[in-house]
Amino acid sequence: MTRRASYDGVVLAAPTTIPYRRYSTETAHWWIAQALRGALKTANLKPAKLDGLSVASFTLFPDTPVGLTQHLGLSPRWLDSIPMGGASGVVALRKAARAIQAGDADIIACVAGDTNHIDSFRKLLGSFSRFAMDAGYPYGFGGPNANFALLTDRYMHEYGATRADFGRISVAQRDNALKNPNALMKKPLTLQQYLDARPIADPIALFDCVMPCAGSEAFLVMREEEALKRNLPFARINGTIERHNAHIEDPIQLRGGWTRDIDQLWDMADCSPDDVDLLQTYDDYPVISVMQIEDLGFCAKGAAADFLRDKDMTITGDFPHNTSGGQLSAGQAGAAGGFIGLVEAIRQVTGTAGPTQVPKARRAAVSGFGMINYDRGLCTAAAIITGEGP
Amino acid sequence: MTDPLTPAPKKNPLVRTPSPTQPPALRSRAALGLTAAAATGRFALQTCAECGAVQYPPRDACSQCLGPDLPWQDISPTGTLLAETTVRTSVNPYFRERMPWRVGSVQLDAGPVVICHVHGDVATRSRVLLKLMLDRAGQGVILALPPERTAHMADDPELRAMSSDPHLRRILLTDSRHPFAPDIAQALLQAGAAAVFAGEPEGWLPNPNRDALGALGVDIMPLDVTDTRSVQSLAGELGGKTDILVNTARHLRPGGALARGGTGVARDEMDVNYLGLMRLAQAFGPAMCSRTADGTNSAVAWVNLLPVHALMNSADFGSYNASQAAALALSQSLRAEFATSGLRVMNLFSGPLEEDWYQPLPPPKVTGKALARAIVSGLQGGLEDVFCGDVAQDLAERLRQNPKVAELELRQEGNA
Amino acid sequence: MSNSLTQLASEIATGAVRVVDLTHTLDPDFPVIILPPEFGQCARFRMEEISAYDHRGPGWKWHNLSLSEHTGTHFDAPSHWISGRDVPKGDVDEIDVETFVGPVVVIDCAQGAAENDDFELTPAIITEWESRHGQIPPDTWVLMRTDWSKRSGAAYLNMREDGPHSPGPTPEAMRFLIDERNIRGFGTETVGTDAGQGAHYMPPYPAHYYLHGAGRFGLQCLRGLDALPPTGAVLLAAPLKIKGGTGSPLRVLALIPGEET
Repeated sequence: MTRRASYDGVVLAAPTTIPYRRYSTETAHWWIAQALRGALKTANLKPAKLDGLSVASFTLFPDTPVGLTQHLGLSPRWLDSIPMGGASGVVALRKAARAIQAGDADIIACVAGDTNHIDSFRKLLGSFSRFAMDAGYPYGFGGPNANFALLTDRYMHEYGATRADFGRISVAQRDNALKNPNALMKKPLTLQQYLDARPIADPIALFDCVMPCAGSEAFLVMREEEALKRNLPFARINGTIERHNAHIEDPIQLRGGWTRDIDQLWDMADCSPDDVDLLQTYDDYPVISVMQIEDLGFCAKGAAADFLRDKDMTITGDFPHNTSGGQLSAGQAGAAGGFIGLVEAIRQVTGTAGPTQVPKARRAAVSGFGMINYDRGLCTAAAIITGEGP
Repeated sequence: MTDPLTPAPKKNPLVRTPSPTQPPALRSRAALGLTAAAATGRFALQTCAECGAVQYPPRDACSQCLGPDLPWQDISPTGTLLAETTVRTSVNPYFRERMPWRVGSVQLDAGPVVICHVHGDVATRSRVLLKLMLDRAGQGVILALPPERTAHMADDPELRAMSSDPHLRRILLTDSRHPFAPDIAQALLQAGAAAVFAGEPEGWLPNPNRDALGALGVDIMPLDVTDTRSVQSLAGELGGKTDILVNTARHLRPGGALARGGTGVARDEMDVNYLGLMRLAQAFGPAMCSRTADGTNSAVAWVNLLPVHALMNSADFGSYNASQAAALALSQSLRAEFATSGLRVMNLFSGPLEEDWYQPLPPPKVTGKALARAIVSGLQGGLEDVFCGDVAQDLAERLRQNPKVAELELRQEGNA
Repeated sequence: MSNSLTQLASEIATGAVRVVDLTHTLDPDFPVIILPPEFGQCARFRMEEISAYDHRGPGWKWHNLSLSEHTGTHFDAPSHWISGRDVPKGDVDEIDVETFVGPVVVIDCAQGAAENDDFELTPAIITEWESRHGQIPPDTWVLMRTDWSKRSGAAYLNMREDGPHSPGPTPEAMRFLIDERNIRGFGTETVGTDAGQGAHYMPPYPAHYYLHGAGRFGLQCLRGLDALPPTGAVLLAAPLKIKGGTGSPLRVLALIPGEET
């Protein structure tokens, strides 16, 4: 394989989160506009000066990012649409970084946002994908809960993990969320509460599930000198990977596409999992975070339960993980769920995370996972980014 | 083990009857192949014509070789349950009111992995037998069953939600004079029907089946499908208690157009076979559609008995078959009209019956017992199309292969 | 002339002349004649709503009817039978209208019919009747009273494995009425002018055969004959004017003397 070019000279800046709301009467257009506005304000940039835009959203219908340019009065020379759900943040970063390197755009805003009306989750599920429509939802209409229940059931059987092993992830994230004023979940969570929670789709129970909500996230991609000129704290991109529909032969998903590309990721970033100060995984369910911790090489396959038992996953712990509380405790704002970890990681390594700041956070691993097309998530992606830290 | 169903208690007149809801009904064009297979009780999946790979979910190109030709072929319905969950909450109203709902991931011996409904008697991570069934949206879905029969297996809530099982249901045969009415009533009662009613037109004429039906405990009620008022008045009495309607009314005379002369008999045939079905549908349909979520003895199915030659005519019973072709076309309309309620229309196609009107025809012919068995098993399987007997199955196969050739063969047989 | 009509009208008004309805209600359940199943069958009376003050027609209610010429209380024209196919003016639309109004005599066979479902009207019974009421005048309607119209449902058609059983005239009686008495027509309370077992006479169905062959008329499914005097009544029986019709449902009325005051 050709050795991939580095991302030298390209940086990430202006991480922006618009506080989530459980239900919103606003549209995706409104949420995307607010995140964009926040990022541009941070960079002191007028909308007309923005020449690149990358959008991820499920609820823009009937509009596309093209319609959004007119709606928002933008005139970009580079436009992208990232329909990759939980992988959209890292994928948007990858594409935007290459466009900046090539000079196709000077500043690209990567933005993700969705609204959440009453009943819009049900409608979104019903039309999510053809395979889901044909072969997923007719079976109990449990939505992603049922899919991940199947994976969790199989994972527990295969590797002997227990519900408490997953519970520790949820509990630690709730701990982190209590420090994040924008997190939707405001009450502490104990392991016992986790174990006693209302079952949703066995073995998945209430605190294994994210809360769908409205929200948006954004960051800017630009050349390093542009960031310096604008006096913006920034993060560098050390390595990235992306893979779709990996391991077709696995009858049930116990590993993701990361395993195929993991050597390349660490090789490109010239470091190892031990060198990472914090990890942001895509946490629609704890089992998926577990899968990422294994597949990104933090421990062996099937060993995450043991590995995590000795770790403290909170902000001040020895294995800071999903420091904003993640989707499990901050909320899942549609496609913005694919950005939450990356935007938080940029804040962390640029020392701008405020109450959730991990001490000495310089290198972060961010991973994305998206699109339960039928029985498994198809998109996987990961990135290593570094900054000056706090 | 499945808990056996108990007879529904008498209806509480102060409690609202639940409105019918539906599982997700929308499917892609490719996925409708599953429904087509389920309608006749086959277990078929797409199989690549080039590389032989079995595909699931249904798609438009082979996932192994991108081959474009993916014919539906019968596949071994065996597999292993890899993982399972019991869904306890859903935003879909149909499943929400039927929780908990067991779902699993099954690896077929033929290759693909399917997410499917799982019968309560299937053991964890065990071997399963898969069945393609129509759900209450009328769409084909896969249900994993235990490989061996279990006690009260049909009473499993998921299986019962898809079948049209006569067990504990009240059934109306629209014409007690059908030569097979006693056989049909007997088979339904043996299958556990709570009650069988049978219509009787022209009570002023003798009814050769009256004694036999009476001995089975069948209630005979006045019903003449050619008389709108008669149909309306029985529907007024029984419409809210009819869980399965089996339309045994028919007017059958031999001959095509030329042998007949005039349209008098054809008119009678249309009046019974076509308009009779329409009158029954107008009178009983709305009441049955409103009761498809009404507990153990919910309204569940509408059965039409049709000659298989309603699908492709032959001259020996040409006029009769034509009228039944009209009835068949109407039944397709009824399927669409009943769709949102989940009330299933089962068409049972048969060749010549072992009775007076087909007396000059050579065997094989369908006996009353065989027809009755096919009705019961079709209902238990929740089927939409049943081909009963060798003649019907043969013609169905010939129609699958080449409809025009089938027409020509029927013409040749008629002239031989 | 106009005086007698005026007088008739006033006598009807005062009750000196009574109008009696001899007609069954057209009802889908009313039996019709049954032939072996391979033959064409007489259509039952059916009524379908066109609209009933509803979306099919907001301000009105009306029906479409379907029935045979020979359904319910009905008239048989000569062209109904093969023996009458060449009779001039043999269809209902051609018959002289004077035919539809005329004198009527009633032969009471109620007791015999009560005792025997297959009761036969014979020449001897007719002549015995004449011995009491006088000879049947020419061009008169002759009605056979059996009280059969008081039966309903299965008892009316009285179908058994060998066919229906109901009273009717013998061939000899029909020949006598036509050849010797030159009657206008013959009427019954049963489903046909012939006996239920009339197919077994020679010729089969003698009432139909002889009546229509001689250009005479039939009335069947009459009711209320017990209200008529043996002689002295006037019958009104006008079939619908159906082109080429062999019969017609109709409303049969009789004018009878009122109670003496």
